[in-house]
Amino acid sequence: MSILVDQNTRLLVQGLTGREASFHATQMIEYGTKVVAGVTPGKGGTKHLDAPVFNTVAEAVKATGANVSVIFVPPPFAADAILEAADAGLPLAVCITEGIPAMDMTRVWNVIRGGRTRLIGPNCPGIISPGKCKIGIMPGRIHKQGNVGVVSRSGTLTYEAVDQLTRLGIGQSTCIGIGGDPIIGTTFLDAIQLFNADPDTHAIVMIGEIGGNAEEAAAAYIKQNVKKPVIGFVAGQTAPPGRRMGHAGAIISGGQGTAKDKYAAMAAAGISTVQSPAEIGATLAKKLKG
Amino acid sequence: MKIHEYQAKAILARYSVPTPRGEVAFTKEEARAVAERLRSPVVVVKAQIHAGGRGKGGGVKLARSVDEAADLAGHILGMKLVTHQTGPEGRIVKRLLIEEGLDIKRELYLGVLLDRAAALPVFMASAAGGMEIEEVAKERPEAILREHIQPGIGLQAYQARKLAFGLGLAPESVSAAVPFFQSLYRAYVESDASLVEINPCVVTGDGRLVALDAKMTFDDNALYRHPEIRELRDLDEEDALEIAASKYGLNYIKLDGTVGCMVNGAGLAMATMDIIKLSGGAPANFLDVGGGASADQIKNAFKILISDASVRAVLINIFGGILRCDVLATGVVSAARELQLKIPVVLRMEGTNVEEGKRIINESGLGFTVADGMKDGAEKVVRIAGGAR
Repeated sequence: MSILVDQNTRLLVQGLTGREASFHATQMIEYGTKVVAGVTPGKGGTKHLDAPVFNTVAEAVKATGANVSVIFVPPPFAADAILEAADAGLPLAVCITEGIPAMDMTRVWNVIRGGRTRLIGPNCPGIISPGKCKIGIMPGRIHKQGNVGVVSRSGTLTYEAVDQLTRLGIGQSTCIGIGGDPIIGTTFLDAIQLFNADPDTHAIVMIGEIGGNAEEAAAAYIKQNVKKPVIGFVAGQTAPPGRRMGHAGAIISGGQGTAKDKYAAMAAAGISTVQSPAEIGATLAKKLKG
Repeated sequence: MKIHEYQAKAILARYSVPTPRGEVAFTKEEARAVAERLRSPVVVVKAQIHAGGRGKGGGVKLARSVDEAADLAGHILGMKLVTHQTGPEGRIVKRLLIEEGLDIKRELYLGVLLDRAAALPVFMASAAGGMEIEEVAKERPEAILREHIQPGIGLQAYQARKLAFGLGLAPESVSAAVPFFQSLYRAYVESDASLVEINPCVVTGDGRLVALDAKMTFDDNALYRHPEIRELRDLDEEDALEIAASKYGLNYIKLDGTVGCMVNGAGLAMATMDIIKLSGGAPANFLDVGGGASADQIKNAFKILISDASVRAVLINIFGGILRCDVLATGVVSAARELQLKIPVVLRMEGTNVEEGKRIINESGLGFTVADGMKDGAEKVVRIAGGAR
C-alpha cells in the first residue's frame, strides 16, 4: 500500500497549458500517472497532452472524476487556485508553486483547514508512491517501490535521501515533500500519522530543517504513538540566526527553530537522529537490520 | 525586506498610528534645520541603520538645543555603529531621524507577526517595553499578552481592549489604545509585513500613546504588489555580493568560512554547509542556484563565488533530477573557462546522465576534482581549503 496517492489516483493539473506544468505533466504521464484533465481559464474545450482542458476545476471534476489536483499556477494566482480546488470538493490538492505571499496562505489555510480537502505544500516537490503514481516535480527514476515512508520540507535534499535508500535496495511506500513555506497544508505530524496507520509502511524517514516547531510537534506525537523505526535529519545546523536560508520558512527567529532544539526533541522521542546528510540511508539500513 | 525606522513611521502615520514629530536628515545642516522646525525643548537624534540595539551602541542621543542637536548629528553621521545585531564590523551611519522628545511615563512593547504553529497572525503586547522581547519571553513568558487574529475580520475592538486593560492602562489611555492597536494591525496586513514591532510604545504624561520606535519587515514574496515599499530598500545596508546575487535570482548568504558552496535547492544547500562543518571546514556562504538550475545560473553563481576573497576552494553539489548532469557539466566547464577560474573546484553531482557529466568534466582539462558522494566531496574540499581557516 501507500498513502494518499496510488494507481487509482485520477489527476487534474491546474495550469496544465503553462510551460512548467506541461513539462512536468509529461514526466508524470511517462511515469504512469493518470492525468485526466487540465484547467486553464479561457482554454476550456481544447486538449493538451491528450487530456481535456476545462475553464474551471468544478467542470473538470464533474466531467472526468478527477480526485486529486496538482497546482502549477504562478504565485499571484496560486491562493485562488487552492481555494478553487477545495471548493470543487477534491480530497487532495498538491501545490507546487513557490513564492506565495504568507498573508495569502494565512487566509486560504484558515478557510480550508478542517475541511474535506487535504493540501500538500505549497512550495513543495509533490508526492510520489513509487511504481504507482507520481505527482509533482521529483525525478521518478531514483525511487523504488517498498516500505519506507519519507517526509521532508525540502526538494533536492529529499532526492538525495531517497537516492541513498534506493541504492541500498530500500524501497519507499510514499515520499511526501511537505514544502518549505511557513504555512503549509500537510505537516510532519499529519504525514507521520498517515504513515503510522499504513500497514505497508515499516519505517519512516523525516527530513526537517530550521524554522518553526513542526519537527518538535511531530516528535512529541512519535514519542507517544509510533512504534515503527523513525530516522531524523535536520538541515541548517550551521545556519546563522535571523537569515532566511532559501526557503521562506527556514529561519531561526527570536532563538526559536534551531536545529539543536529539533534534534533534542527528536532524540527525546526515540528517533534515530543523523548528523550527516550522507548517512541517512546507511542509518536506516542499520536500523532495519536492527 | 527591512526598512529604516523613519520609513516605518511614515507608513504607520498613514494608518493614523501616532508617532513623534520628526524628519529624516542626511547631513548635519539638514539635522539642524529639522531641529529648528521641531521647536521642541528636547530633540532626539537617532542613527538609522537596519539593526537593533542602536541606543546602547551610542547611536541615539538627546539634545537640549538646536546647536547641540546639530553637533550630535555631526558626530553620529559617518560613525561606525556596532550593536549586538551588526556584528563586530558594525555599520556606517548615513541617515538620521531627528525627532521631538516626549514626556515618557510608561514604556510598552507591541508586536504583530505570524504565529506559524497557529497559522494565524498574533498581536503581542507587554508592559516590559524597551526590553528585548526574546528576553522577556524567556524569563517572564506570562508577561507577554497574546491575541490571535482571524485574517478575515481583523483585530476586534474587544481584543484590543483585553490587551489594553491587560497592560494596566488607565481608562483614557485604553480608549486611545484600541484604535492604535487596530491601526497597527491594519498596517501589518495591508502592507504584507512579516513583522511590525513598536518597542517601546510610550504612554506620555498626558495619557497619549505614541510609537517611539518602529520596526517593519516585509514578506519578500508579496513585494510584487507593493512597488512603493520596494522603493524603500536601502542597498547601503546590504552585502554587495548579496545584492549582486539577488539580481541573478540566486539565494546567496555570506558566511565567514573559506569553502564556497554552490548547490541546487535550499535544503540540500543547508545540508551541504552542515557536512562541510562536520568534515572540519567552514562554509563561506549559502548559495542555492535553484532546484532546476540552468547553465546561466551556474555561471552567475561562479561570478559571485570568485568575487569573495575569503573563498579558497569551491564545492559544487548538484543533485540532477530534472536537470541533467551532462547539461550541468557543460555549463560548469564553459563558465569556468569564460571566467578563467583559478580557485580549486570539487564537483559532486548525482542523478540523470551522471556518467556523461563526469566524462565532460574529466575531459575538460580544467583539473576539477570529481567527488564520489557528499561526504567525499566535503572531505576533499575541506582538505584543499586547508581546514577551518
